[in-house]
Amino acid sequence: MRSRPPQAADPSPVRRGDRWTRWLFVAPAATYLLLFFGYPIADNVVMSFQQYTVTSFYTGDAPFAGLRNYAAVLSSSAFPRTLLTTAVFTAGSVLGQFALGLAFALFFRRRFPLGGVLRSLLLLPWLLPLVASGTTWKWMLDPDTGVVNAVLRGLHLTSSGVPWLTGTSQALLSVVLVNTWVGVPFNTAILYGGLQDIPPNLYEAAKLDGAGPLASFRHITWPLLRPVVSVVLVLGVVYTVKVLDVILVVTGGGPAGATETIATQSYELSFRQFDFGRGAAMSNLLIVLSLVFAVLHLRADRRARTV
Amino acid sequence: MKRPPGRGGPLSTLVGIVLLALMLFPVYWMVNASLQPAGNTLRGGWFPLHPDLSGYATALRDQGRNLVTSLVVALGSALLSLALAAPAAHALARFRLRGTKVVLLGILTTQAVPSIVVADALYGAYNDLGLLNSHLGLVLADSTAGVPFAIVVLHSFMRSIPEEVIEAARMDGAGRLRVFRCVVLPLSRNALITAGVFTFLLAWSDFLFALTLTTTDTVRPITLGVYQYLGAHTNHWNAVMATAVMASVPAAVLLVVAQRHVTGSVAGAADK
Repeated sequence: MRSRPPQAADPSPVRRGDRWTRWLFVAPAATYLLLFFGYPIADNVVMSFQQYTVTSFYTGDAPFAGLRNYAAVLSSSAFPRTLLTTAVFTAGSVLGQFALGLAFALFFRRRFPLGGVLRSLLLLPWLLPLVASGTTWKWMLDPDTGVVNAVLRGLHLTSSGVPWLTGTSQALLSVVLVNTWVGVPFNTAILYGGLQDIPPNLYEAAKLDGAGPLASFRHITWPLLRPVVSVVLVLGVVYTVKVLDVILVVTGGGPAGATETIATQSYELSFRQFDFGRGAAMSNLLIVLSLVFAVLHLRADRRARTV
Repeated sequence: MKRPPGRGGPLSTLVGIVLLALMLFPVYWMVNASLQPAGNTLRGGWFPLHPDLSGYATALRDQGRNLVTSLVVALGSALLSLALAAPAAHALARFRLRGTKVVLLGILTTQAVPSIVVADALYGAYNDLGLLNSHLGLVLADSTAGVPFAIVVLHSFMRSIPEEVIEAARMDGAGRLRVFRCVVLPLSRNALITAGVFTFLLAWSDFLFALTLTTTDTVRPITLGVYQYLGAHTNHWNAVMATAVMASVPAAVLLVVAQRHVTGSVAGAADK
């Protein structure tokens, strides 16, 4: 976080009603955030303890269910697999995005003709609507007629074609691939920004000491980039764990549930089975998971940096 | 004179173009596919040698109305987000309000809330209020992405406005509202454009709220149009892909128009 610039202590005399106008600036946004984040979170917690089904919408009657929704969700036979899929999807996407993002950021740090333009164009995968790019990927990955298998066959890497969307393990790999592609630009942009903040004279000094590119990366770039790396990874996990669009569009959670994550399950329970109680329990697990991760990671990182 | 971390020559440009071509291949493929003749052959050629616009004709006929819906909703959401975020960002950056840090932390925490949670609650509430299948309902829901984002971007920019500028106006007798309207807002023009561009795109790209909060086709954003096309029209791939291209146009246009602001602010926003 940047340090706060020094501020004058608001020396103007307090006029009548002034205190009130100050709050007037914040009130609309605060009201909105309370209605559209505060209320849903609270409502979701309440719903997760209720037997809230499609009849509840008509009768307004949702009996208290205690912990039954959580018990049902956690003890479901599909849950361990859903949890594992979520972990693989998240870890795979975040690591893939980060590795490629860092590679691109380091590459674009060199100054060369058209570098800036190419770097901006790289943002495109991130700016496109996920539904549009997801649809394209679905078509590209089609086992029979997709261009990916056509290329692989052309290179004689496979004769029968890879069942990208129909094989259970390949489908998970496919959604990780697509989600990685979507997230690379964001990682590149932030890591590039972090690289720009490293003072160039450090590299000059290292060079004079005879450090090669690898040594300067290990002793200058990586340690100084660490805080930015932390932020990127935390944001990556927080964003990825709740991804729905990519999976719904590319595989729809299939084949045979191979790409169902906690997020898609929560959608499935709430909006396909209209069991809002269980859906809410599932999505509350998701919030807790991502918050716990964020807190643990940031704390571990702070400790690592102060040591 | 060689400045670390190094200068690259035309070779770097060449490598960069190749890397970018690989990364952007899906975008090319989307455009290529949209220009192929109709039919249920998914393959198509490598190049649109005989570009066929029938996919676009079909897409415009079926999805034209959805494009307008998306435009209305995205514009509405961008305007609402800016209207709510700008004063709040100014207040958080300038006034010494108690709890400023808590509010900022809360805004960052909203990033961890999955849209499905918001959709769960809104579905029930909208059902009672009659906001399902309405432009207003989508504008309000889509702004859940835009408002926090705009506050973060505008806050970090407005904090960099020199205190003296504002003090000078205050000394001249301008009230807080006047200072905000006549000094802060004009100075923040670029940040407002950036935040506006992004909030527009966030709403334009929304899929989940469209999926959950619309149940008929009266108010149907283009993203949902693509998705439903995918279910029903797989034998008209060129039309599906033409719709995907049209849904991608704002992103491409905004990238070109607002390029410099955009790249700078992505990094700036994450720098929080």
